[in-house]
Amino acid sequence: MRNTAMNMVHKLAARDERVLYIGSDPGAGTLRAMSKEFPKRHLIEGISEAHIIGMSAGLAMEGFVPYVNTIATFLTRRCYEQVAVDLCLHNMPVRLIANGGGLVYAPLGPTHQAIEDIAIMRALPNMTVICPCDADEAARMMEETLDWKGPIYIRLGKGGDAIVSKAEHRFEIGKAILMRPPGEVVMVTTGIMLQRALAAADLLAAQGIRAGILHMHTVKPLDADALLQAAGGTRLLVTLEEHVPSGGLGSAVAEALIDKLGSNLPAMLRLSLPDRFMHNYGSQDSLLKKHGLSPSAIATSIERALAASHTSAPQLHST
Amino acid sequence: MIQISPHAEAALTCTLDERSLYLRRLVLGSVRSAGRGHVGPALSLIEMVRVLYDDVLRIDPKNPRDPNRDRAILSKGHGCLALYALLADRGFFPLSELDGFCGPDSILGGHPEYGMVPGVEASTGALGHGLSIGVGLALAARLRERSYRTFVLLGDGEINEGSVWEAAMGAAKHGLDNLVALIDYNKLQSYGPTDYVLPLEPLADKWRSFGFAVQELNGHDVGALRTTLKQVPAVAGKPTAIICHTVKGKGLPPAESNADWHHKNKLSDSELDAIRVAVGDF
Repeated sequence: MRNTAMNMVHKLAARDERVLYIGSDPGAGTLRAMSKEFPKRHLIEGISEAHIIGMSAGLAMEGFVPYVNTIATFLTRRCYEQVAVDLCLHNMPVRLIANGGGLVYAPLGPTHQAIEDIAIMRALPNMTVICPCDADEAARMMEETLDWKGPIYIRLGKGGDAIVSKAEHRFEIGKAILMRPPGEVVMVTTGIMLQRALAAADLLAAQGIRAGILHMHTVKPLDADALLQAAGGTRLLVTLEEHVPSGGLGSAVAEALIDKLGSNLPAMLRLSLPDRFMHNYGSQDSLLKKHGLSPSAIATSIERALAASHTSAPQLHST
Repeated sequence: MIQISPHAEAALTCTLDERSLYLRRLVLGSVRSAGRGHVGPALSLIEMVRVLYDDVLRIDPKNPRDPNRDRAILSKGHGCLALYALLADRGFFPLSELDGFCGPDSILGGHPEYGMVPGVEASTGALGHGLSIGVGLALAARLRERSYRTFVLLGDGEINEGSVWEAAMGAAKHGLDNLVALIDYNKLQSYGPTDYVLPLEPLADKWRSFGFAVQELNGHDVGALRTTLKQVPAVAGKPTAIICHTVKGKGLPPAESNADWHHKNKLSDSELDAIRVAVGDF
């Protein structure tokens, strides 16, 4: 996903001279082909993220479309005020390509794990937040970023995530994709949780439970219409995210639903990471498994919530 | 002990001409109308802003977004009263707007806002942002082969921020000789002397070591400012830093070098009388 997104910057640069790549201190060879073909538009600016955000705002003020790239936590935690003021207050079309969203950097520990990035980016007026599910979707997504007004935070997985999106799904910023029609359950996913939801849905089907999937690649602006349509008629709505419970996809969905109080809403189950830093290493997969986000754990949680909702009024559940 | 620069001593005794007094009347009139404002940081800036807007910037108030205009960013956004006085006086918006400063229907807030105020190039006030934005503007000129220059006005307290020095390294890396940093070195920040809060000396050496061509002058000396600013870049291939030795609250004796006048919430009758004595009716 990451290489694909990077290569798309090069492709977009070939097509549109407004496009710049700005890296802090990325891995050796990042976008080398672009650096050779467009040396003036391939900028490596050092480990100075606060400055890079301001500089990219200045370039955007002059009509450029900068694609700024480094590790997710450094684009979010380290320079939050610059992102808020220089990008969002000025409403500049700068694209923040965040490497290693969620637990990709599991072996490197909590300093590198972006587990609250969706929440803090989503809180900013004018910011758009996108979490593609696989490399193919990342490529379609990047095509749509060229002329989007305002800043975009792009949360990338790493590489090797199974390709589950299809060309016919297309990609429109702010438009959710219905991957499977809702049954008594609908799962709402973002980023690579889609792959896990698909596997969980198969496990549930084997138990006779029909589970739909709505892929919410854009967490902000949230596609509330698609959400309400998918939720209608289901008994249980489940959000899945590689993020702390506060402020992420589950929060966004709950907010959208609460704004429609009075509708016939299903019960809601939020499956996420716990509200703490991850003090374990291992792999992205092992940490997700540890926190109940493997396909089998997801299926089990859903079965339990369905059983509970038989015996109680609709309510909010959380991990 | 830090050495007192001869420029700093000269700033203390520098006599102000009628235009400088007039601009101070505009600033203090806004403070009187609003009942608030950063007085000290604006009065130290007046001559720097005045020379920029009167004599240096290639700008057209009737076409404030002219792509070929010079860009100026007031990174120390709390000094905005000086900027507003100059912009209004130069015709970017009516002088009457100054009376609405910080009011509910005003375009003029306590920090300048991009898109709200004609002539304001960036929203500033959160300190340590302006030089990076300026680097972006200057780099864009380079990439587009345009001849506009970018001037960034920084406060001395502001350059406590690490982001300023990141930007300085970036400007030097790119050899941005179309970028000028003007440092309002009044040696007093909100809590007290810069030498006490976070010492900056040797300030000229710092900028020089970060790759800038450095000039130092008396920041209230209109002639020196004019001469220096008309000769940028000081060195081809390098960004320029101009350290302007100033006096916080300059021109208003009770406010001079007095941290109590950093921000004023209201003016007493005796303070209003002192202002009249200093700058005339306002």
